[in-house]
Amino acid sequence: MNNQLTMSSGKRAHIMRNILKNKWLYLMISPGLLYILIYKYIPMYGLIISFQNYKSYQGILGSEWVGFEHFERLFGSPDFWMIFSNTIILFALQLLIFFPIPIILALMLNELRSEKYKRTVQTLIYLPHFMSWVIVVSISFVIFTVDGGIFNSLLELLGFEKINFLLKEEWFRPMYILQVIWREAGWGTIIFLAAIASVDPQLYEAAKMDGAGRIRQMVSITLPAIKSVIIVLLILKIGDVLELGFEHVYLLLNSTNRQVAEIFDTYVYVTGIHQGQLSYSTAVGFFKGFVGLVLVIGANWLAKKHGEDGIY
Amino acid sequence: MVGDKSWSGRIFNGVNVLLLGIIGLVTVLPFIHVFGSSFATAGEIASKKFLLIPTEFTLDAYRFIFSTSTLTRSMLVSIGVTAFGTIWSMFISVLTAYGLSRKDLMGRNWIMFLFVFTMLFNGGMIPTFLAVKETGLLDSYLALIIPVSINVFNMIILKTFFQGLPGALEESAKMDGCNDFGILFRIIIPCSLPAIATISLFYAVTYWNTYMHAILYLSDAAKWPAQVLLRQIIVLASGLSYDNSVYTDVPPPSQAVKMAVIVVATLPVLLVYPFLQKHFAKGALLGSVKA
Repeated sequence: MNNQLTMSSGKRAHIMRNILKNKWLYLMISPGLLYILIYKYIPMYGLIISFQNYKSYQGILGSEWVGFEHFERLFGSPDFWMIFSNTIILFALQLLIFFPIPIILALMLNELRSEKYKRTVQTLIYLPHFMSWVIVVSISFVIFTVDGGIFNSLLELLGFEKINFLLKEEWFRPMYILQVIWREAGWGTIIFLAAIASVDPQLYEAAKMDGAGRIRQMVSITLPAIKSVIIVLLILKIGDVLELGFEHVYLLLNSTNRQVAEIFDTYVYVTGIHQGQLSYSTAVGFFKGFVGLVLVIGANWLAKKHGEDGIY
Repeated sequence: MVGDKSWSGRIFNGVNVLLLGIIGLVTVLPFIHVFGSSFATAGEIASKKFLLIPTEFTLDAYRFIFSTSTLTRSMLVSIGVTAFGTIWSMFISVLTAYGLSRKDLMGRNWIMFLFVFTMLFNGGMIPTFLAVKETGLLDSYLALIIPVSINVFNMIILKTFFQGLPGALEESAKMDGCNDFGILFRIIIPCSLPAIATISLFYAVTYWNTYMHAILYLSDAAKWPAQVLLRQIIVLASGLSYDNSVYTDVPPPSQAVKMAVIVVATLPVLLVYPFLQKHFAKGALLGSVKA
């Protein structure tokens, strides 16, 4: 908008006229703009405290500058590698185990002939998406707990040892991915179902003439037809590596599974809010956000290069 | 795909129907189990005689959780935050979305970019916390609402919807001497009720489910919404967290009591789900349309 100053007076008058004409529209968007300014852009400015030893009584302008000290501390800390590998492993689980499930479910749903049955199944499998992580984790706690949980009771009944799913370090990752599948697999089918719906029905007719069975049609027509959607979603998923969900992981985190469960977001929360290391935790968050931004832009570029509209 | 009468086709069909039925049931089984157990007696839970429906029916668990005002209070907090939050978010989102949907708004693309960029990058937890603190919202219910006024994704869905309305509507209203607010409130909003209902429900579910902001911004336990209390009761009672010193109210609650609390915290979402379900798939797809 600074350009206005250097514009010719005719153009400036034109802009002024437009703004005046649309003054009500500008008034309408001003609360929204004010909101993102205060709660989105000012915090971005606040990131500079990661280069300081921020003290709240000294403020951002008065605090001591320390350069990259906090970042050096982060990269030199053994915690960094723990968080980093935990993040990568959880992401790998999401990609390898979770990602294919909605595709398979969508293909299966698409083969249902009864619309009513299809809608019923959809209603059931979309439901967990609307539950908070607190509820999802709470339900798994009451089901999997060793004292009185139904799952351990069944194990006992069948003659197995009880397993402490909630405390044992090695059960954190299976529980994590199981909960992700339960909550999101059904909801994830929506975009694939939409892609499948746009497939030309003539293709199926032609395939049937050639004697192709149901599975053959699924593999040779439906799957290739939604291939580009799958690739784009896959690429975008990769852009989201660091978004594993603060709430979900934090709710599962405890002192015995920390070695496998701590990720960037929970680490920021604990070091920043609990321990009060504001500058250090901001540096950790900044690093995470920056890498995330690079990944999203890269992923979007890849998606566009693949001949698809990017998301942004 | 219709009219496939071969044996292999029939077997495929049968297996597919069966598998999806099982998947659907397994998905809701945990809910049914929790619901059933919340009405079971302690004795029956201890002897593990049932999986879904108890043979002896009791309301003891519910009587227990409502015997103190803690749960009632946090339910009221959640209901209040959800109601006010949804109204506020819809108000500000609709205004912003409509303004940005108008092609004659100069600088529209730049302003849109400012919004979309916040989806890609943000200051993160701590600087946002400091902004909330500086604006004086800590330990206020407003901290659960104001810092999340607009969900940009929802705003874009509304904007896309407004853009799809015929332009002639606006033109005729302008002829009649309406200003932009008049157009929005008299023409656009009445024509967009399905979209507005859908996004309202999205916001309502988000507000009802709010947890992170509550633990970040509210340190006063009396102000906790239902999700935080639920977490305290279930998770911390098992002695499983970093800060297990917080919950000292009562001895670890029984399974039935935990189940009952989950039911109470889940029920409102289950009640709106049929309404939500009518539109959400469409809404979710609209949002994936390019901003």
